[in-house]
Amino acid sequence: MAAVLSPPKPARSKPLWLHPAAKPLLFAVCLLPLAWLLYAAFADALGANPAEALIRKTGDWTLRFLCITLAVTPLRVMTNQPALARFRRMLGLFAFFYVVLHFLAYSWLDMGFDLEAITKDIPKRPFALVGFLAFVLMVPLAATSFNRAIKALGAKRWQTLHKLVYGIVLLGLLHFFWMKAAKNNFGEVAIYAVVIAVLLGWRVVRRVRGKPAR
Amino acid sequence: MHYRQDRGFDHGVASEITPRGIYERRRDLLKLLAVGGGGMALGTWVARDAMAQTARPNKLAALPGIHSAIAGGVTMEKLTSYTDITSYNNYYEFGTDKADPAHNAGPLKTRPWTVAIEGEVKKPKVYDIDELLKLSNMEERIYRLRCVEGWSMVIPWVGYSLSELIKRVEPNGNAKYVEFTTLADNKQMPYLGSNVLAWPYVEGLRMDEAMNPLTLLAFGLYGEVLPNQSGAPVRVAVPWKYGFKSGKSIVKIRFTDKQPSTSWNLAAAREYGFYSNVNPKVDHPRWSQATERRIGEGGVFAKKRPTLMFNGYEPQVGQLYAGMDLQKNF
Repeated sequence: MAAVLSPPKPARSKPLWLHPAAKPLLFAVCLLPLAWLLYAAFADALGANPAEALIRKTGDWTLRFLCITLAVTPLRVMTNQPALARFRRMLGLFAFFYVVLHFLAYSWLDMGFDLEAITKDIPKRPFALVGFLAFVLMVPLAATSFNRAIKALGAKRWQTLHKLVYGIVLLGLLHFFWMKAAKNNFGEVAIYAVVIAVLLGWRVVRRVRGKPAR
Repeated sequence: MHYRQDRGFDHGVASEITPRGIYERRRDLLKLLAVGGGGMALGTWVARDAMAQTARPNKLAALPGIHSAIAGGVTMEKLTSYTDITSYNNYYEFGTDKADPAHNAGPLKTRPWTVAIEGEVKKPKVYDIDELLKLSNMEERIYRLRCVEGWSMVIPWVGYSLSELIKRVEPNGNAKYVEFTTLADNKQMPYLGSNVLAWPYVEGLRMDEAMNPLTLLAFGLYGEVLPNQSGAPVRVAVPWKYGFKSGKSIVKIRFTDKQPSTSWNLAAAREYGFYSNVNPKVDHPRWSQATERRIGEGGVFAKKRPTLMFNGYEPQVGQLYAGMDLQKNF
C-alpha cells in the first residue's frame, strides 16, 4: 500500500528530453539518414544513377537539418520548454555534417576530386555557386560551436555571428530552387519555402513585437 | 648439309593426315584468335550475330531484329540494363523527374496509332503503325545514347533507318529539313499542364542528317516493342546528337524548307542549339560536356568517362558538318 501512496516519481514531472539518454538517442537518430544512404549505396538501391542520388539526398538532408535546427527556438518558446535548447547545437552540427557529405559527394562522385574541374564548374553554375557560398558560410558557425569559442567571442558577438544561419538557409533554399528551375519543378521547393518562411517569419514577428527572438 | 630425299613431301601414314573438316575448323579458330586483343569483343559479337538478337527481358511483345550491317550500327560496348534504360529517362509529358516516365506512362494507348507524313513530299500519307512496322526489315542497332545532362547508356534498339521511310514518301526539291511532332494528349499525359516546354514536343533534323543510315526509326528495344516510357510505339534515335533530339511517340513527320522551331531551342536558345551534336569541346552554358557518367557502369565510385566527338560516330557523320563552325552551330 505504501508504494501506491508514495508521491509521484520525480521522473514523471521531468520532461523526456532531460533524460540522460536523450542526447545520445538524438545523435543516433540524426545518423539514420547516413546509415540508410550507405546501406542503399551498397545494396544498389539508389536507382540507375547512384552517384547523382547520393549527391541529391545529402543536399536534401542538409536543408532538412537546417530547418530542424531553426525550429528549435520557436518550439522552445511556444511550448515553454527551455531545456529544448540543449539539442540545438547538435542539430546545427548535423546540418554541417550533411553539407560536408554533400560537398564531398559532389567533389568526389561528380568531379573525381579534380580540383581544376571543380573550380571551373562552381562559378559556371549559379546554383552551384550559391550552394558553395552557403557551405563556406557554415564553416565559421561549425568552428565556433563549442563552449570555449562562445566564451572567447563573448555571447553577444557569438550570437551576431550565428545569425548568419538565416542567410545560409535562404541561400540553401535558393540553391535548391535554382537546381529545380531547370525543369520548372517547384513542388518540393515550395514545401521548404513555406517551412522556412514560417520559421523566419516567427522571428520577424517576435522582433516587431519587441520580444527577443533568440 | 643433309637433305631428306622427300624434301618435305613425306606425309607418313594415312592415319596422320588431318581430315578436311577438322583443319577447316582449326583455321576458323585461328582466324578468331588472330584478332588478338579484339578477340574477346569479337567473341561476343559472334555470339550476338548467331542469335541476331539480344536476350529479351520477356516483359512485352517480341520484336526481333536482324543484326545490322551498317557502319556504326552495332557498338561492342556492354549494354545498359533493361531496368536502367526503362526506369531512368526523360519524357517530360510524364513528369520531369527521371523516374516519372516509368511511373506515369503505363496507361498510354499506343493502338490505334497513326503517323502523318506531310509537307514537301510527293507522296504525303497517313501511315498506320502496323503498316510502318512492316515497311522495312527490322534491325537490331546497338547505339550509345548521350544525354545533354551528362549521362549515357548503350541501348539495343530495334527499327530501321528513317531513310527507308523517307525514300518511299519521295521528298521534293524544297525539302531541306524534317520536323518530328510527338504526341501531346492532355488526357493521357499528366504533365502537359506544366509550362516547362511548349507542347507538343517538336524536334527536327537537316535532310542529310535524317537520310544518314544511322538515324533510326525505332519501334523496340531489347528485342521487344518499346515500353511506353521509352517512346512507344515509334520514336527516333539519332545516336550522335544529345538524347533530346530524338523525339518519342511520333505522330507527325513534316518535310519543310525552313529550319523547324524545336522545343528546347524555343525554351532556351542559348543552351540548346538546333544541331545539338554531342561535342566534348562545346560546353553547355551551365556545365561541362567533356565527360559523362555511363549508367550502370562500376557503381557509385565509377569514374566518369570522356565524351567522344559526335558521341563516337565521327567516322560516320563527321562529313555532314565539314567546314561548319561547331562552336556557333552548337
